[in-house]
Amino acid sequence: MTATLEKPAAAVETRRKRIVASPGAWLVWGAVAFFFVNLAGVIGSVVVNSFGERWFDTWLPSGWTTQWYASAWNEFGLFPILVVTLEVALLVVAISVLVGVPASYVLARRSFPGRRLVYLLFLLPILMPPITYGIPLATVLYKYGLAGHLAGVVLANLVPSIPFVILTMTPFIEQIDPAVERAARMCGARTWQVFLRILSPLLVPGILAASILVLVRTVGMFELTFLTAGPDSQTLVVALYYSMSAAGIRAQQSVDAMAVMYTASMLVLLVVALRFVNPTQLVARVKEDPD
Amino acid sequence: MTRAALRHRLAERGIDRQLLLLAPALACVLALFVYPFAYGIGLSFQPAEGGVLGAYRTFFTDAYQRDTIATTLGLALPAAILNVAASVPIAYRMRGRFRGKRLLTTVLVVPITLGTVLTAEGLLNYLGPTGWFNRTLISVGLTDAPVRLTNNYWGVFFSLVITGFPFAFLLILSYLSGIDPTLDRAAATLGAPWWQRFRRITLPLLAPGLATTFCLTFVLAFSVFPSAVLVGDPAGETRVISIAAYHAAYEVYDYPLGSAIAVIMGLVELAVVAVVLGLRSLLYTGSTGGKG
Repeated sequence: MTATLEKPAAAVETRRKRIVASPGAWLVWGAVAFFFVNLAGVIGSVVVNSFGERWFDTWLPSGWTTQWYASAWNEFGLFPILVVTLEVALLVVAISVLVGVPASYVLARRSFPGRRLVYLLFLLPILMPPITYGIPLATVLYKYGLAGHLAGVVLANLVPSIPFVILTMTPFIEQIDPAVERAARMCGARTWQVFLRILSPLLVPGILAASILVLVRTVGMFELTFLTAGPDSQTLVVALYYSMSAAGIRAQQSVDAMAVMYTASMLVLLVVALRFVNPTQLVARVKEDPD
Repeated sequence: MTRAALRHRLAERGIDRQLLLLAPALACVLALFVYPFAYGIGLSFQPAEGGVLGAYRTFFTDAYQRDTIATTLGLALPAAILNVAASVPIAYRMRGRFRGKRLLTTVLVVPITLGTVLTAEGLLNYLGPTGWFNRTLISVGLTDAPVRLTNNYWGVFFSLVITGFPFAFLLILSYLSGIDPTLDRAAATLGAPWWQRFRRITLPLLAPGLATTFCLTFVLAFSVFPSAVLVGDPAGETRVISIAAYHAAYEVYDYPLGSAIAVIMGLVELAVVAVVLGLRSLLYTGSTGGKG
């Protein structure tokens, strides 16, 4: 009897504690709110500017129009740029998954001499700033005549993508019970059959997650594409950068319109990605609290 | 020894044909990362004039070039420290479950995908002299004239915070949720107030994760390039080392100097990472989570 009486009392107390938050909580939530307000301001000002007619010394533009989108699309030739971006991203995803998944399988399951060295080798491209290896890589690619074309951009973007796939896939592979593979081998399956018939179906969620992350990273990757792209192999970010740094040639609103389209496409990718992965898992593996 | 016997002996040491699955990835990394890097290092030792170390001497004797190291570190270190330091209390408060956590983390991923170019464009609009931020400050009465926040150090700094903070926060949040909550509860049973629990239990377990997060955020901030050009002052205050490398390689076409600067950039960055990871190895990285 006493227990049933105590329980609601405790619940009321915790609820009260939540309403009158401690100064620390106010500070923390205030900081988060401040960050989000400014973030909204940063994104919002780009969106508003892209729809505005003229916007000089006022809170909001003097009129609204969608002409900047039309001009970005027609004059800038946004469509070919989008096609190139898509081609680069899909090629990079396909190659890095094909190359990375078998490697991450070996790294997750086997121990062999030199394993730590191989692991370090795969870690380095992620740890180094892209510019540091991008400049020598672009020099080499130019030497062999690969840079300035789609091939060069794809090759350069593979450098961080393959290690990224390997690191993302390793925990997914570790989750699979090795007994399943051993059973398949007992039944006479060869390595490629184990891969195609046993591992691939089990790994589909992991492969999807890794592909979408690589896709997002490649579409957003500036430095490597910038260093290796030629005039007809620019991706959207690089084209945006050029039109921004060549100030005066292009109306700022038109650049903003392109930036909004870029963000919108990234957001679509992101929403799709988040159906498969928990945001905290984007950057590290997390064990969910069971209770 | 027959071939079969040799194969058997190798298999006992963990070497067999399955390791060939590693070959394509290894070949890609060797051809696209190790070889170009070695080529770049070799190129940096073959400048047009000045002997073997000529390019490095050019870099270190020219104050305009040499100071880029200090400029880059002056931007990247404070930004990385702020991102990690601000993430810890916020992540600590949000480590439990609450309504809207998934929405919050989703919104936090947005700046990561914005990319530096869009962030730069937004910052120019928002923090510029007639932007919303300055308008708010003036109408509230905090300042009479617009505060100059773009095309200088602060513009680049803010862009590093906008892209780096969510990244650091999500990492630290996932490390924190990896720490066994029963440890905290056990300490609470023994009568420890929250700050003691934080300082004596959570922080020591989190510290290695903090070191990892710091390294990754620092790498992001250290390679700042587009925002330093677009929101910064690329000829003066925010002439970071990547601008110097790009300028040497693609505007002056001095590939040896460009490669030398890239090598120096990599060495400086690896030195900072090595110091932090060295300190990290002194910390406890046991199985209770938070280790990274």
